[in-house]
Amino acid sequence: MSARARLLRLAAALVLAGCTAPAALAQEVRESFGPADAPVRLSIRSTTDIAAFGPVIRAFLQRRPGLAVDYEQWGSNDLFDLSQTDCRGGGRAADAVISSGVQQMVKLVNDACAAPYRSTFTAALPDAQRWRDELWGISREPAVIVYNRTLVPPAEVPRTRFDLLDLLRPQATRYAGRVATYDIESSGLGYLFAFADAQEATTFGALMEALGRTGAVATCCSAEIIAGVAEGRYLLAYNVLGSYARAAAQADGRIGIVLPNDYTLVLSRALMIPRGAAHPGEAAEFLDFLLSPPGREALSQVLLVSPLTGKESGEDGAALSETALRPISLTPALIVALDRQARAAFIELWRKSFPAE
Amino acid sequence: MAEAGTLRAPSLTGRIAVAVAVLLLAGGVIVSVAAFAYGRQAAQEAYDRLLVGAANDIAASISAGQNGLEVAVPVSAFQLLGLAANDRVAYRVLDTRGEVLTGYDDLPEPPRRPLGGVVFYDADFLGEPARYAAVTRRFAERDLSGTVEVIVGQTLLARRAFAFDITRRALLVLAGVGIAMVMLAAVVVRTALGPLDRLEQAIAARDPHDLTPVDTDVPREAQAMVRALNGFMGRIDQQLASMRNLISDAAHQLRTPVAALRAQADLAAGEPDPDRRDAIVARIHSRTKDLGHLLDQMLARALVIHRAESARRELVDLRDIALEVAEAGDHALISPGVEVALQVGESPVPALADALSLSEAVKNLLNNAVRHGQSPVRIGAGVEAGRACIWVVDSGAGPDAALMAQLGARFAGESARGGGSGLGLSIAAAVARACHGELRLDRGAEGFRAAILLPLAPEAVS
Repeated sequence: MSARARLLRLAAALVLAGCTAPAALAQEVRESFGPADAPVRLSIRSTTDIAAFGPVIRAFLQRRPGLAVDYEQWGSNDLFDLSQTDCRGGGRAADAVISSGVQQMVKLVNDACAAPYRSTFTAALPDAQRWRDELWGISREPAVIVYNRTLVPPAEVPRTRFDLLDLLRPQATRYAGRVATYDIESSGLGYLFAFADAQEATTFGALMEALGRTGAVATCCSAEIIAGVAEGRYLLAYNVLGSYARAAAQADGRIGIVLPNDYTLVLSRALMIPRGAAHPGEAAEFLDFLLSPPGREALSQVLLVSPLTGKESGEDGAALSETALRPISLTPALIVALDRQARAAFIELWRKSFPAE
Repeated sequence: MAEAGTLRAPSLTGRIAVAVAVLLLAGGVIVSVAAFAYGRQAAQEAYDRLLVGAANDIAASISAGQNGLEVAVPVSAFQLLGLAANDRVAYRVLDTRGEVLTGYDDLPEPPRRPLGGVVFYDADFLGEPARYAAVTRRFAERDLSGTVEVIVGQTLLARRAFAFDITRRALLVLAGVGIAMVMLAAVVVRTALGPLDRLEQAIAARDPHDLTPVDTDVPREAQAMVRALNGFMGRIDQQLASMRNLISDAAHQLRTPVAALRAQADLAAGEPDPDRRDAIVARIHSRTKDLGHLLDQMLARALVIHRAESARRELVDLRDIALEVAEAGDHALISPGVEVALQVGESPVPALADALSLSEAVKNLLNNAVRHGQSPVRIGAGVEAGRACIWVVDSGAGPDAALMAQLGARFAGESARGGGSGLGLSIAAAVARACHGELRLDRGAEGFRAAILLPLAPEAVS
C-alpha cells in the first residue's frame, strides 16, 4: 500500500469516525487484513500503530488461512471507555483488545469484562505478564531516555537517573527547558510510567522537582517527543517508550537511546479477550500465535519485543543487567493508578512541577 | 468337606481385617471432614486478615483536607490483596454523609454498620462470589465529624485453593497414617494369631493314633478350646479302649468254650455207640446254651459300658431302679424257686446315672445272686454314709476268698462259679465307674452283698 493510499484511507476513516462515533470516542485508524470474503472476521482493537502491528497480523494470517482481521487503532483512554461501554452491554465488543494502558486493562479484567483462556503458551508466561488467565502481556518494551547524539556529548549522556539529576543540578545548566517527558494528564502511558516510577524509587520525587525547577517540557505523544529530540528542540527526553524510540533511532542517526542502569521499567502491552467477543476461539489462536516462537519473532521484527539484557542484544550501552529490569506487573495493584482520588492527588502533585500551559 | 468348610467359614484374619478396615474408613471419613472444615476455616481466617489489613490500610490513608475528605489509596493495600494473585478486588470508601468517595459505586452493602469493629460478609462481586470486610473510621475535626466506611472485597479463588491445599495435605498425611496403621494392624494380627497357627501345626503334626492331651503352650483365650479338644480326645481314647477290651474279652472268653465244643463234636463223630453219642450231643447242647448266654452277656456288657460312657447322665431315684429290676422278673426264668424281696426306704435316693445301664448292671447282680447264692435274696436302695447305694444280698457265703480277690476285674472267667458271673460283676463295676461310683462286694452276717455306691445327687427328688 502506498503512502498516498494509506493517507487517503486514514482521512476517510477519520471522516467516517467523525460522522458516526459518539463525540468523545474517536477511532484513529482502521485497516482490514486478509481476504475480503473470509468466513470469519476477527476484530482487534489496539493502541498500537498499524504500521508497527501490520506485519505481525500478516504473519498470523499467513499461518491461518480463511481468516480476516479488522484492525482498529485507538487512543488508550478512548479504548478503555469503549471497552467499558461494551462490557456493560452498550456495544459490539471486539474479539481482542490490546492496550499499552495496562492499568486500564487490569481494571477491565477486575470489572469482569474478560473471558478466561489457558494454553501451554499462556501458562509459560511469567506471573508478571499474566493475570487470572484473562489478561496477558504480549510485548516487552522498556521506558528509555532518548537524547540527541549531536548535541549531547558522549560524556554527558546520562546512564542513570542520578546522572540526569546531576545534569540538571547546576544553576545555569544548558538542559534547562530542553528536557521533555510525557504529559501524564493527557498520556495514559506517561501516567503509567510516572506512577510506576513513584512506586519504584524515591528518586522520582527529586527528579520531578529537578524537572520542574529547570522548566522541563511535558507534552503529549511519543512521536512528537522523539521528533523534538531529533530536531534539537529537546536535548533529552525521559521515559519514552523504547519500541518507538528504537524505530526512530533506526531511521534517524541523530537519536540515541539509554536504558537507565539503576532500573528500567519494562512495559508489556496487555491483551484480553472481551466476554462479549464474537470469535473468542480465533482470538485465542491469535494470542497463542503472539506468544509462540514465530509470533515472538514477528513482534521483535517490529521492535515490540525488545532485547534488554547484555546477552540478548549485541549493541553496547543499550544493554543492562537482568536485575535492573522492572517489569510493570499485571496485578490488581495497578487499579490504584485508576483510583479517582489517587489519580487526582498524583496529578495535583505532578502539576506543581509542571504547571499547565 | 474340610476344604469347602474353610472356604465358606470367615477366617479370623478376614474378620479382623474387615473390622480394621471399617474402623479406618470411618475414622478416615471423620478426619477428612474435619480436615476439610479446618482447611476452610484456616483459609477463611488467613484471607480475612488480608481483607482487614487492606481495609485498615485504606482507612488510615483517609485525611481531612481543604476539599473535605481525601483518600490516598495506598498501593500497599492492593499489594496485600495481591497475595491472592488471581482474585479480583472490590473496594469502596463512603464519606461521613454516605456518599461514595472512591472505588466501586455499586458494591453490596454490609449486613450491619461495622461500628468500631469489622464486619465480614459474603456477597457477589460482578457475577462472582466474593468475601467482603467493612471497617469504619471516626473523624472528629472542627468542620468535619462522623464515620467513614471502607469496604474491601475479594473473590474466592485463592481461599478455595488454599483450603483445598490444606485439605489435600491433611489427606495425604492421613493416607500415610492409614497405610502405616494397616501394616501395623497386619503385623499385630499375625502376632496375636500366631499361637493358633502353632496349635494347628502341633495337631497336624501328630500321629493319627496319638490321643494324648495337647500340651502346646497357648494363650488363655485359646485354653478353653484346647481343654475341650483334650476332653474330646479323652472320650475317643476311652471308647477305643473299651472297644479293644471288648474284643480281647470276646476272644478270651469265647476261645475255651468253642474249643471244648469242637472237642465234644470230634468225640461224637468218633463214637460208635448211639447211647454214648446221645449223651455227648446232650452235653454239646448244654454247652451251646451256655455259650449263647455268655454271648448275650458280653454284648449286653459292651452295650452297657458304651452307654455308660457316652450317654448323658440324669437324675434317677435308685429306689425306682431297684423296683424295676425286682419287678422285671428275669431271675424267675433262671431259678424259679428263689424268693426275691424288695427293701426300700421312705426317702428318695437320688443319683446322677444312666438309668438303662444302671438297671442292667443291677439286673446282673441280681441274676448272679439268684443263680449262685442262696435264697432268700433281697434287693434294695438307700443312702449309706452320704452315698447313694443300690444293693443285692443273698443268704449264701459268696465266692471264696481267692475269687473275691479277682472279682470286679474284667476277667473273672467262667470257671469261677460257672456261667459267667465274673462278666456280670465286671459290667456292674464298669457302670459304677462310669457314674463316678464303685462296686463293693462284702461278706456280712446276713450273707453276701454286692452294692453299687454312687455320689449322692445334690437335689433331692420331691
